[in-house]
Amino acid sequence: MSRRLITAIEIDGAGSHPDAWRGAAVDPSAILTGELARHAVQRAEAAGIDFATFVDTLEAPADEPSRVSVRLDALGLAARIAPSTDRIGLIPTLTVTHTEPFHVQASVATLDYVSGGRAGWLAEVSTSAEAAAVIGRREPAEAADTWREARYVVDVSRRLWDSWEDDAIIRDAPSGRFIDRDRIHYVDYSSPAFSIKGPSIVPRPPQGHPLTVVRLSSPEALQAAADADLVLLPGTTDLEDRLAAVRAASLNPRVLLSVSVALSDGPADGVDYAGGVEELADLIEGWNAAGLDGIHLRPASLELDVPVIAERLVPLLRERRLLGPSAGRATSLRNRLGLRRPANRYAGSGR
Amino acid sequence: MTKQIHLAAHFPGVNNTTVWSDPESRSQIDFASFRHLADTAERGTFDFFFLAEGLRLREVKGRIHDLDVVGRPESLTVLSALAAVTTHLGLAATVNSTFNEPYELAKRLATLDHLSGGRAAWNVVTSWDAFTGENFRRGGYLDKADRYVRAQEALRVVRKLWDSWSSELVLDQDGGVFAREGAGAFADEGAHFNIRGRFGLPPSPQGHPVVIQAGDSDQGRDFAAEGADVIFSRHGSFEAGQAFYKDVKARLPQYGRSEDSLKIMPAVTVVVADNDREAADKAQYIREQQVSGPTAIVLAELLWGRDLSSYDPDGPLPAEDPVVGSAVTQGRVGYNDPAPIVAEWRAQAEAHGWSLRQTVINQQNRQTFIGSPSTVAAAMNRHVQEDAADGFVLVPHLTPGGLDDFVDSVVPLLRDRGVLRSEYTGTTLRHHLGLDA
Repeated sequence: MSRRLITAIEIDGAGSHPDAWRGAAVDPSAILTGELARHAVQRAEAAGIDFATFVDTLEAPADEPSRVSVRLDALGLAARIAPSTDRIGLIPTLTVTHTEPFHVQASVATLDYVSGGRAGWLAEVSTSAEAAAVIGRREPAEAADTWREARYVVDVSRRLWDSWEDDAIIRDAPSGRFIDRDRIHYVDYSSPAFSIKGPSIVPRPPQGHPLTVVRLSSPEALQAAADADLVLLPGTTDLEDRLAAVRAASLNPRVLLSVSVALSDGPADGVDYAGGVEELADLIEGWNAAGLDGIHLRPASLELDVPVIAERLVPLLRERRLLGPSAGRATSLRNRLGLRRPANRYAGSGR
Repeated sequence: MTKQIHLAAHFPGVNNTTVWSDPESRSQIDFASFRHLADTAERGTFDFFFLAEGLRLREVKGRIHDLDVVGRPESLTVLSALAAVTTHLGLAATVNSTFNEPYELAKRLATLDHLSGGRAAWNVVTSWDAFTGENFRRGGYLDKADRYVRAQEALRVVRKLWDSWSSELVLDQDGGVFAREGAGAFADEGAHFNIRGRFGLPPSPQGHPVVIQAGDSDQGRDFAAEGADVIFSRHGSFEAGQAFYKDVKARLPQYGRSEDSLKIMPAVTVVVADNDREAADKAQYIREQQVSGPTAIVLAELLWGRDLSSYDPDGPLPAEDPVVGSAVTQGRVGYNDPAPIVAEWRAQAEAHGWSLRQTVINQQNRQTFIGSPSTVAAAMNRHVQEDAADGFVLVPHLTPGGLDDFVDSVVPLLRDRGVLRSEYTGTTLRHHLGLDA
C-alpha cells in the first residue's frame, strides 16, 4: 500500500531558474525583503503543501550579472515567515562544515519554538574553497570527510535536543527550584572533529527533534542518509538504482524526489520538467508507484509556478487520491508527515 | 534643549531579577511571551527590544544552577520572527564575537536588517573562558586580554562586509543585469582573521545595523567610544550614571566622534504603583521574591568565593574572609576585589541587625525607579536632562507582562512632558536613536 504522498517546495531567490527574477510579474527587490518567499510559502500552505525548504550556502551565489547574486540567511528567512503561516513546515539549509554545532542546534530548536513545532533543517556540507576562504578557519576538505563530520553534527544536535527532558522545568516555588537539574544532562560529546560539553541552552524543542533532511547532492552524501528523517533525491535519471542505494543505506527515511519544474509561460530551459500539469501528475503517480514517498518541487519561478502548483497540480493529485485531504488545522510537522515524536534518550537516567 | 528619552525593553532572563514564582509569570521560551513584551514595547514607542544570549547554563559548585530561570532561545531566530509581528520596534540581538566568525555574523545581522526594514542591532559581547569554550570547537582558546582585540577586529571586518557593495545592485530586468560583476568582493587579513571572497548581501536598509556594547572596563569603554552606537551600562543610579556618562562621552573626540553619536542607556528596573507609598511596599515585596533563602546563599557565595551551604540564610553573615578568583560559581561575572564589599555588608548588617538574606536583599538588589507614575516620570527625565543617561534599558521582573504598567501609566506622562515620542517618526532603529544613517 502506498503511503500518502509528501509534497514540498523549494525557496531560492526568485525561483530555481537563473532568469526567474526577470519579467514584469516579479519585483526583484522583494527577494531581499523576504516578501517573495513569504508569498510563495503562504500560497503553498493554502494549497496544503507539507513543507518548504530554503536554499542557502556560506559563499555568495554565482558572480554573473544576469543571475541573482544575493541570498538571505535561510534560517532568518524561515523564522521571519513562521508567524505569517501556521500549518506548513519550514526547513532552512544549514551548512555544518564551518558553523559551530552548538549554534546550529540552538538555532534550529529556536525555529521549532517560533513556528510551534514546524521546523526542520537541511543539513548541508561545503567542500568549496570559496566557503573555506570566507570563514578562514580551515582548509577545504573532501566530500567524504565533510559528510563524516556532518554525521557527528547531526548526532550531537539530537543529543543536545535531548539534553533537556521534556519535563525539566518544574517551577517548584516551595523549594525555590525553577528546574529539576537531574532532568538536564551534559552530553559530554567527543568526536574526531569536535567535542561539546552541553547541555543545550534551549529547552527541548516542541517536536523533540526537529526534522533532519539530507539532500543526496553527491555520492558521499549517501553515508548520511541513515541519519535523516527525510532524503531529497535530486533529478529524475537512474531513479531505481539511486532509490535502491538509499534503501540499502537505511530503510528509515522518507525519500522525496527533488525536481525543478516549469509549469507556466516563464523560463523553462534546463529544468527537469517543463510542460503541462496533467503530464506532471502522471509522472508523479509513476514515481510514487516506484517507491518514492514524496515530491520536492523546485519551481523555476516562485511568482509564476507556485500558483500553478498550488491551484492546479495539488488539487489534481488530490483528485487522483495521491494526497489526503488538505490539513485544516495547525499541527506539528512530524504529526503532519506521520513521523513519531522521538523518545528522549536521557529520560529518567538522572533520577 | 530638551533631550528626548530613549527606551528599550529587555526580555527578562536567567538571573534572580526575574520572579518566576509569581502567578503572573509565563513561559520564558514560548514565542507568545516574546511577542507580548515586543507588542508592549512597540505600544510604548520604545526604540528597541533587547535579547541577551546564553552559551552555557550557569553552574554553582559544579552543578547547574536551578534557582533562577534556566534556558532561553537563540536571539537572532527569535528576532527574525518578531520582525513579522512588529512594524517599528528595533530588534537587538546579543551575539558573542569570540564564538562566531565575521562572515556569519555579517550575514545573519544583515539578513535581520533586510527582513525588518532596517531595525536590526547587534550587542557585541566577548568571552574568553574555558567554561563557555567547552561547548565550541575551539574551546577556551582566547586570552582574556585578547577578547577586545578580537571583538574590535570582528566589528571592523563585519562593517567591511556590510560596506562591500557600493552601487553594484542594478536590478535591471529588461537589460538582464541583477548586479555588476564583482559585487561584494572583500579581503581582510588581521591578527585574528584572514578571509576573502564575496559577501552575498547588498547594503541593508540601515547600511550598518546598530552596534551596542555593554562592557564596563577601561578597555570596554574605549571599545564603545571607538565603535558603538549605544552603550548598555550598569550604572543606573544618578551619581554613578553621571560619572560614567562624563567619562565615556569624553572619550569620543579622540575617535573623531560627536557626543550625540553614542547613546548611553543603563539597565534599570522600575516599580510603579498608584502612589509612592504603595510603590515602596511593592518594591520591598519584589526584592524579597527575588532573594529566597537559597538564592541569598548563592549570591553570598559569589561574593565570598566559598561554599556557604552550611549557613542559615536567616542567620548572621559568614565569619570567613572572601577568596579572590575562586571558581565556586561559573558563567557569571564575579568580583575582582570582594574584601571591601564584604566589609560594607558586615557594617550594614551590624547597624541594622540584618540576617544574611536581609543583607543580600538590601545591599544587592537595587531598584532604580520606585514610585507613582509621576514620580517615576520625573526621576527618569531628570536622569536624562542632567546627563546621567540618554535613556534606559528597562529590565522587568516578570515575563512577559512586566512592562504593561510602565507603558500604561508612565509613558503617557513622558509624552505629556514632550520627552518621548507619541508615534514613531521614522522606520529604522538608527532614526529612532537619532543616529546618522
